[in-house]
Amino acid sequence: MIVVPMFMIVMYALTVKGNSVLTLQFTFENFTRFFNDTIFPSVLWRSLQMAFITTVICIAIGYPTAYVIAQLKPGSQSLMVLLITLPMWINMLVRTYAWKGILGWFGFSSEIRVYIGMVYNFLPFMILQIYTALSKIDKNLLIAASDLGANDRETFLRVTLPLSLSGVVSGITLVFLPAVSSFFIPKLLGGGQYVLIGNLIEDYFIKTGDWNFGSAISLIMAIIILISMYITKKLDKEPSEERD
Amino acid sequence: MENKKSSIIGKIYLAVMIAFFYLPIIYVVFFSFNRSKSLTRFTGFSLRWYENMFNNRSILEAIYYTVLCAVLATIISTLVGTITAIGLSKSKRITRELFQQVNNLPMLNPEIVTAIGLMLFFTSLRVQTGFTTMLLAHIAFCTPYVILSVLPRLRRIDPNMAEAALDLGCTPWQAMWKVIIPQIKGGIVAGALVAFSMSFDDFVISMFTTGPGVSNISIYVYANVKRVNPTINALSAIIVYVITVVLIIVNVVPYIQERRKAKLNAQLTESN
Repeated sequence: MIVVPMFMIVMYALTVKGNSVLTLQFTFENFTRFFNDTIFPSVLWRSLQMAFITTVICIAIGYPTAYVIAQLKPGSQSLMVLLITLPMWINMLVRTYAWKGILGWFGFSSEIRVYIGMVYNFLPFMILQIYTALSKIDKNLLIAASDLGANDRETFLRVTLPLSLSGVVSGITLVFLPAVSSFFIPKLLGGGQYVLIGNLIEDYFIKTGDWNFGSAISLIMAIIILISMYITKKLDKEPSEERD
Repeated sequence: MENKKSSIIGKIYLAVMIAFFYLPIIYVVFFSFNRSKSLTRFTGFSLRWYENMFNNRSILEAIYYTVLCAVLATIISTLVGTITAIGLSKSKRITRELFQQVNNLPMLNPEIVTAIGLMLFFTSLRVQTGFTTMLLAHIAFCTPYVILSVLPRLRRIDPNMAEAALDLGCTPWQAMWKVIIPQIKGGIVAGALVAFSMSFDDFVISMFTTGPGVSNISIYVYANVKRVNPTINALSAIIVYVITVVLIIVNVVPYIQERRKAKLNAQLTESN
């Protein structure tokens, strides 16, 4: 149930349209078509760029939030975590739909609207991951640092920040990955003018019915995501290995 | 002094964040009572969108399919996931590690890739897509989460426990129900909760695996979003009410139970 569908995508991506299993015809045409086109690579690039900026915004907003929560009393900490998790129980599509109405008050461009929707939907994941990492830090380490003459800023930069990086990395995984492939947020909030790679895949499957090409696009996307995840994980591990 | 100031700034910042998170929810509830069709101007109180909703057959059907699919997917994936996890904990290390790698796949893969994979899978088997395929897809993506939440609990169990139970005359069935299951209950419940919420909220995978005439709440919202349709606000608001009530119950009941236990304990110590 898990592996077979993946093979199906690879197979479809490598075959010509209209093939049945008996007359398989392998081809790389779908891939060359993707990269030779003027639109597709730029859409892919735009999706990656958008996911990257969304991730950066989520870190910039989420890190201080998590940090402030971690400073509160234990009782209010769990209350705050609960308050942040509660909206996540409500259907993502429903919440995104609500933003459509709210953003109707302002005259934002479709790009900004898509960004707001993305950040709204994925920010809680980032906050919770960073908060978990921050709350695991032994408080004695901070006391030790200040005893040894570090001021608040130094303690933060040299003790708290390095120890919480693992949370940031898992947060990046949880934000970047769905942000690249998201297709209903740009569709709902961008009003169809803002096309991302997920929308392309949807169009090729639902509207055009060209499943082979659609499979090729999603395979390219999956590979790029896997590579970027791998690099992120590597970046996280290397400094800690040096320290050991 | 400095510290106090920064803590006030921190609290204001948190308040702004919470407001940001709850803004759409408050908006939806507020505008579900709007009298006019406008999504941006509130013109007066009315219940007409709720009335509309309950008279709309496709919305009611979407709710029915969503709930049915979530309940069935939760039950089946919890069963399958728990049994798989127990089997895995007993199998060889290599098998287990390989299986866990595969198990992580749907979680690392973008949802849309899993979705079209399942869609291609169903159509190549020439299965007519519809409720059954949607349910199967939901079971397929929920089960890994159940396995993931049950497996760590199983690892913490002393393997001698089950053997002791068997030595003391339990049948394997009894050993399972009376010794193993109670110890992993927390993991099973957590897995089932995740499975239910994943299935209930799912849009991408349902969209690609469902067939004509069968849609869940998310698909309905997606399909009707182009037109101005405040009925969706009423539908969303009802979801908000139900989930709020459920979450209050889930969070308050253990608190009351604990209170009662503490009271009982206090009485016991008093009588002693």
